[in-house]
Amino acid sequence: MSGQAPDTEGRGLAEEALGRVRFEEEALTYADQVYQVARHLAGSKEEAEELMQETYARAFRSWRSYTPGTNMRAWLLRILTNINIDRGRRKQRQPPAQSLEEGDYSLYDRLEDVAGPGSAEDEERLLHRLSQSDIVDALAALPHDFRDVLVLVDLGEFSYQEAAQILSIPIGTVMSRLHRARRLLKQSLASSLGEDT
Amino acid sequence: MSETPCTKCAWLLQLYLDGELDETEACEAEVHLDACGYCRRQYRFERAFREYLRQTLTGEPMSPELRGKLVALRATAHPADGA
Repeated sequence: MSGQAPDTEGRGLAEEALGRVRFEEEALTYADQVYQVARHLAGSKEEAEELMQETYARAFRSWRSYTPGTNMRAWLLRILTNINIDRGRRKQRQPPAQSLEEGDYSLYDRLEDVAGPGSAEDEERLLHRLSQSDIVDALAALPHDFRDVLVLVDLGEFSYQEAAQILSIPIGTVMSRLHRARRLLKQSLASSLGEDT
Repeated sequence: MSETPCTKCAWLLQLYLDGELDETEACEAEVHLDACGYCRRQYRFERAFREYLRQTLTGEPMSPELRGKLVALRATAHPADGA
């Protein structure tokens, strides 16, 4: 009956061990990319590092639930965003809704104003008037729900569909949050220009 | 420059820039961009803005210490045979 030769069993175990090692190695190759996302989802560098450790600890524990051949980066980021949400980080509420187009292009207008009348600076040159710290601060100040989507799509380079899966929200919500996130970010950057000049 | 951006264009532009339109829709967006100077300017700005964000925010790689900790997690993650 238990004619499952110990040989076969041994081979099975060896294969599993090998699969696990491969999984761990592959997961670690994504660590830098996952960190870039973690860095901006979390409020600080320290938090991002904690988040990374929790994420990898959980990933290594639940490696069996990963299906080989599927998108491992998305799988890791799903764990990361879930942990981040579980940490009770969702206390901030969304700001009141604004009409879609309001403030959409204020940053462009503001940059042109700062550059001065008749300036023929192209978009890239205009944007270089925004400092890195202004951008980092403006992103950090976004409500979490918006920041998550923006970071996943703009930095993580995920599609709307992937971001929706990672965050477990409908795709329409991804679209509207993303739109609003970018608009809020631009509004905040436009006002930071006002302060500096 | 206070032309009023229409909501439909704002959405179309976002989806186009994010690579979320199918081929036909992308063609429609391109035709519109070709014909509308206002949207074309916004498109160029939005494209540059996304790129600038990515450049500015993708910095500072993970520290070697953190990497070491992650690798160590791996070693302790399977004490015996793992379960």
